[in-house]
Amino acid sequence: MNQPQTSAVAGNTSAAAISARDLTVRFGSEEDGVTALDGVSFEVPEASLVTMIGPSGCGKSTLLRAIADLVEMTGGQIKVFGRPPKEARLARDFAFVFQEATLLPWRSAIENVQLPLEVGKGRGDVDRYADPEELLALVGLEGREDALPHELSGGMQQRVSIARALICKPRVLLMDEPFGALDEITRDKLNEELLRIWRETRTTIMFVTHSVPEAAFLGQKCLVLSSHPGRVSEFLEVSYAAERTLKIRDTLEFVQITGHLRALLEDAERLRMVK
Amino acid sequence: MNAVEARKQNPKPRRNLAWRSRLPPIATALCILLGWQLIVAGFGIPTYIAPSPIQVAQVFIERYDVLWINFLPTLFEAAAGFVVGNTIAVVLAVWFVHSRFAERAFYPIAVFINTIPIIAIAPILVLMLGNGYAPKIVIAALICFFPTLVNMVRGLKAVSPQMLELLRILSASDREILFKIRLQSSLPFLFAALKIASTTCVIGAIVGEWIGSNYGLGSLIIEATYNFRAPMLYATVILGASLAVAGFVMTSIVERRVLKWKSSAVY
Repeated sequence: MNQPQTSAVAGNTSAAAISARDLTVRFGSEEDGVTALDGVSFEVPEASLVTMIGPSGCGKSTLLRAIADLVEMTGGQIKVFGRPPKEARLARDFAFVFQEATLLPWRSAIENVQLPLEVGKGRGDVDRYADPEELLALVGLEGREDALPHELSGGMQQRVSIARALICKPRVLLMDEPFGALDEITRDKLNEELLRIWRETRTTIMFVTHSVPEAAFLGQKCLVLSSHPGRVSEFLEVSYAAERTLKIRDTLEFVQITGHLRALLEDAERLRMVK
Repeated sequence: MNAVEARKQNPKPRRNLAWRSRLPPIATALCILLGWQLIVAGFGIPTYIAPSPIQVAQVFIERYDVLWINFLPTLFEAAAGFVVGNTIAVVLAVWFVHSRFAERAFYPIAVFINTIPIIAIAPILVLMLGNGYAPKIVIAALICFFPTLVNMVRGLKAVSPQMLELLRILSASDREILFKIRLQSSLPFLFAALKIASTTCVIGAIVGEWIGSNYGLGSLIIEATYNFRAPMLYATVILGASLAVAGFVMTSIVERRVLKWKSSAVY
């Protein structure tokens, strides 16, 4: 059921947007430190949407943070479009969406979206900026440009933060459980909209989640990590015969894929218990 | 938006509500004044021990020139002390947040200065700075300084770790983080301190005037006490308290304007 199939959307898979080779991250000292990631290697093709899932504490967030230059690597290497994370950060190659919207409460929605244009050394390249109003429309917030964050619901705040991430037209969008704090109905809606945004912007997306259905629904590929230390358990292709709408979650294909993902996660959990 | 417009068009229920919430304190104050008048008159208490509210009111009417002449210097000292003390506190707080060394080196000294009673510092400052406005302004500034320093340091640090990570991803400089993020997020903390300072700066100015001064509300308090002019003493105290209350109200109004974003629940 998961034999490799070429995805219809990611037709040009030759260039790697993100590549990690033997990535190792250790926290603490040599003796009593914790190995968060151990020899992780994978490639994310350009313009694809890759989900990442694993048991809690497996280092999903650490991996995403290492790509974003927020966590120091102990060994191995990461390349974002051929550049190490620090250079990629300075060139604004990637943007990050956190679990919380992380908006400035005194700025309106549109002013929050414009924040990346006002700070940082990487803001010189004007050609790359998207129109903030157009972006708010893209994330479904037309007419709410002047609303302050506390006037918006949790889902709307997260939409603002997605628009803010897209303002510099990043080549890679890193998302760390962005819908994890939202209720299920809002989450479903945003999942569908994220797919639409991804198709419209052709941005490479790496999406961390702890929800199996979310990983299976969004991902063109799904990177499954095992824990203690974090290693790649499987990097599987996810493709469906039908078009991806929320209805697809009721098909046999979908259930088979989520079943397989759950089995992998249970294996990872058991491995951890044995250790 | 609709609710706000509706409220603008029909402000009557709100005004009614405001009246109802203000009525109890006003009624209580009037009752106290009335009780005070009855007790003083009923028991025949001499004026030099406790004047009646009517006698105090007479001082306000008949001696308003004396009160006004002494009120102005205190107002000036308190206001100048408020500005100087808070400005120094804010600048130091910004420095502390950016330099671990500065915080370690100077925070304990700031705490130490704060622990010395203001009434003990006052004579020292008069010896050093003489009889003019300077020692009073310094005392008022000192009394404002510490709460603002502590609150401002906390406020400047009250930026979520995620927000700092976001700014790191954007390669923002310390300067940009200070002006775009930290200063704004410290404002609720700053105003909490300014509200304290707006009342304590008056106390500072008055305490400063107690020692070797022949003008200001502080000196008027001392002079009235020594001459058993109780109605004048009471009038001076009320004037000083009113100045502090006015400062507090003004700070609160500015706070409400500046911190509109904080939450609509404030109203």
